[in-house]
Amino acid sequence: MAFFDPTATVKELRGTFDSGKTKSYEWRVSQLKALLKLASFHEKEIIDALHSDLSKPELESFLFEIALMKTGCKLALKELRSWMAPEKAKTSMTTFPSSAEIVPEPLGVVLVISAWNYPFLLSLDPVIGAIAAGNTVVLKPSEIAPATSSVLAKLLGQYMDCSAVKVIEGAVPETTALLEQKWDKILYTGNGKVGRIVMSAAAKHLTPVVLELGGKSPVIVDSDIDLKVSARRIIAGKWGCNNGQACISPDYIITTKDYVSELIDALSSELEKFYGKDPFKSDDLSRIVNSNHFHRLCKLLDDDKVSGKIVHGGQKDITNLKIAPTLLLDVPEDSLIMNEEIFGPLLPIITVNKLEESFNIIKSKEKPLAAYLFTNNKKLKEDFISNISAGGLVVNDTAMHVAVSTLPFGGVGESGMGAYHGKFSFDTFSHQKAVLLRSFAGDLAARYPPYTQKKQKLLRALLNGSLIGIIRVLLGWE
Amino acid sequence: MEELAGLTQSLGELRETFKSGKTRGVEWRKAQLRAILKLVEENEDKIFDALQQDLGKHPVESYRDEVGIVKKSASNSLESVQKWMAPKKGHLPLLLFPATAEVLPEPLGLVLILSSWNFPISLSLDPVIGAISAGNTVVLKPSELAPACSSFLANTIPHYLDSQAIKVIEGGIDAAEQLLQQKWDKIFFTGSPQVGRVIMSAAAKHLTPVTLELGGKCPTILDSLPDSDLEVAIKRIAGGKWGPCSGQACIGIDYILVEQKFASILVELLKKCIKKFYGESMENLKNLCRIVNKHHFNRVCNLLEDPSVSASIVHGGSWDEENLMIEPTILLDPPLDADIMTEEIFGPLLPIITLNKIEESIEFINSRPKPLAIYAFTKNERFKQKLLSETSSGSITFNDAMIQFLCDVLPFGGVGRSGFGRYHGKYSFDTFSHEKAVLHRNFYFELEPRYPPWNNFKLDFIKLAYDFNYLGLLLLLSGLRRIFRSKRSN
Repeated sequence: MAFFDPTATVKELRGTFDSGKTKSYEWRVSQLKALLKLASFHEKEIIDALHSDLSKPELESFLFEIALMKTGCKLALKELRSWMAPEKAKTSMTTFPSSAEIVPEPLGVVLVISAWNYPFLLSLDPVIGAIAAGNTVVLKPSEIAPATSSVLAKLLGQYMDCSAVKVIEGAVPETTALLEQKWDKILYTGNGKVGRIVMSAAAKHLTPVVLELGGKSPVIVDSDIDLKVSARRIIAGKWGCNNGQACISPDYIITTKDYVSELIDALSSELEKFYGKDPFKSDDLSRIVNSNHFHRLCKLLDDDKVSGKIVHGGQKDITNLKIAPTLLLDVPEDSLIMNEEIFGPLLPIITVNKLEESFNIIKSKEKPLAAYLFTNNKKLKEDFISNISAGGLVVNDTAMHVAVSTLPFGGVGESGMGAYHGKFSFDTFSHQKAVLLRSFAGDLAARYPPYTQKKQKLLRALLNGSLIGIIRVLLGWE
Repeated sequence: MEELAGLTQSLGELRETFKSGKTRGVEWRKAQLRAILKLVEENEDKIFDALQQDLGKHPVESYRDEVGIVKKSASNSLESVQKWMAPKKGHLPLLLFPATAEVLPEPLGLVLILSSWNFPISLSLDPVIGAISAGNTVVLKPSELAPACSSFLANTIPHYLDSQAIKVIEGGIDAAEQLLQQKWDKIFFTGSPQVGRVIMSAAAKHLTPVTLELGGKCPTILDSLPDSDLEVAIKRIAGGKWGPCSGQACIGIDYILVEQKFASILVELLKKCIKKFYGESMENLKNLCRIVNKHHFNRVCNLLEDPSVSASIVHGGSWDEENLMIEPTILLDPPLDADIMTEEIFGPLLPIITLNKIEESIEFINSRPKPLAIYAFTKNERFKQKLLSETSSGSITFNDAMIQFLCDVLPFGGVGRSGFGRYHGKYSFDTFSHEKAVLHRNFYFELEPRYPPWNNFKLDFIKLAYDFNYLGLLLLLSGLRRIFRSKRSN
């Protein structure tokens, strides 16, 4: 592919932004509608691309990529006017008489770098926010999902305003060249290593960043639960989300020693119901994205400390890049699999004597993007919510919080910074400008020199908002 | 580089304190906020002294811009912190029923606050108030360029605040560098863009989020006004230029944009105002802060060095090197490519730039980096609207200057080169909190179509569900949507 000129790209987008075109409500609506159209008219093409990149089952592609993106788009279309409206702020006596408001304004030219695991959703969901907020955008899809990348480049070129929304395809050299430019915001989805590179590059231009990273998202399983439902919900969040290649997938389970065999039985039998006796024959599981990742996962399994711990699955098919849903019991804490984000179909189960010990295990690791708990114990729920720090928490389900647009989606600590989805996306790509309107009346001499004792007293009363104090000073009673 | 004494141990203690959960309780937070109030109330004179020493700040100014700000902020937080801590309910789609969603603010952990020398008390304690309200443990590093205030904070804070949770570390660049090598859960910095870049690069190594409160050249636009209003405007401009620390303020007025025909009257009125506020003689500038140190004094004086700049001085321009005083100085149309018009002035020099039409100010501002604040004195509603929508800045204030800083209800922070992130009031709390998404579900009402093996019935179910087409769903489930009946396999 011909190497693009990043400087010229950014310059063109800045020109468009400066023209003011993208600020209008009408432009934003037209672009959001174009995105909806693109997703509706080319559903088959998108699903095919996802199948080619990941063997993603059609329903999963529809559910987690197309439908979620369309829901986000529709919500933005519905709410855009209210999001764009200035928010009145109540002013205090200190600045009386005045009125204040907070006006959201677009940041300018923004860069979205997306990931390969949900290559359609993680590309367009941030773009929805960027457009809704009135920015011009460069989208850099992941080269590891090449079919989707090229579909995105083609469709966005066809449907969107090309002077304001551009797709730049490419790998490390292109990304590096893009990161050298000055952006007004960068949203990156991926891993912590690249996240650090993105943030360092952004620092040179004082560009704020949103980093959507991952982490080892734990699942705590109590024994007082509806086991069948829980097992299915864990499976849906793990293997039902791109075969574990999702940033919010359950990474490992913690349960009690007494309960673990029941849990394994339930997971095994539900897995069989979902994917059959030979999971390689199932069309309902994504494959591993490429041989790099396939080998990475094999390395996790082949670790001497781990290989003997498989209690379900473990089969590998290198020709088709498939790994069966695999459960591992009591892998050691210092094994590779317990110290890296797994991002694949392996699920270690750690056992403890008392479930409360699970909190310390989770807290001894970096803060994950998500943490899950299955229990009917009210006290445990409360402790979990107040003690466990993670991007998001779900009690008695997995991954569902991502579909709730009233919840911010984003990490904390090693799982990232900044958040998006729904109104949070709009805010992420906006600057909340503080606006204070004053009249010329009500000028207070105490603000100005020459300074006197009386002025100090008056200021004191004013800053304290004490009306009595103000009157007393003005009357000379103090 | 000399190792900061006991740094590892101090940070270890702060992490332990955070882990213990002590700083999360509302009572602890309130107690600390009360302690800050007590600290400033009981030490007002010491604070005035320290500010006098570091900057020659007059007590009225010190109260207005430092003590008063801290008291107002601490009382406001004290009153509101419980409300801020409460989880916010999130609305849920019916499809997820029965479930509840909430957004729960939680403290980030151990945070670093690096403050600046121009408002050494308020720019230190105001962010600390936010960090404590949000339940974090804190290291504050005050600026070494305001040494009296730095040592006041270091010596006084341990007597009032919980020293297992809040520590002051004094020092210069070496200390800052050592601190920046540590892992923090948030860094809050007030200062210059150059240092801001260094802070953010250091933060990137640990994926630490940062708030950068930087500065920039804050323009003031003066439209034509009736005489009575003009008088008020002039006072507010003078107050916004020389009032706050003699122009050494990030939201201080940097330059004025005015139509050519009003320039001479503006200069005359400003001169009169300066006389009234600060007197006539250089020796008696009691109400004006001095320049913080020799380095900055030279920097500001150097801005005047260029002969074409010094030729544009229409008032003032003298200085007193021994006392680090620079006279309030007005310049008329200095060259736009001179340092004084390309760098943040951060001192008592006020360039006036004339335009043919006041509307040209928009283009003038937009061709420069985004400032922290824009001030516009105008009664023209259309012009106001145009400024509001066509310029970008941290904040915009109409018909006044500086006062937006006092508005707790407005976020305070920059955009572009003037920084990012924001604080004040509830925004301070948010800046030092993580908004944790929490979704509660129970085990009833399981939706079978969520699970594989996939088939067309499930696909159709999900399509309808995403469109919130509940009628369609009912029809589908009751088998009335014929086309799917045969495919139903589960």
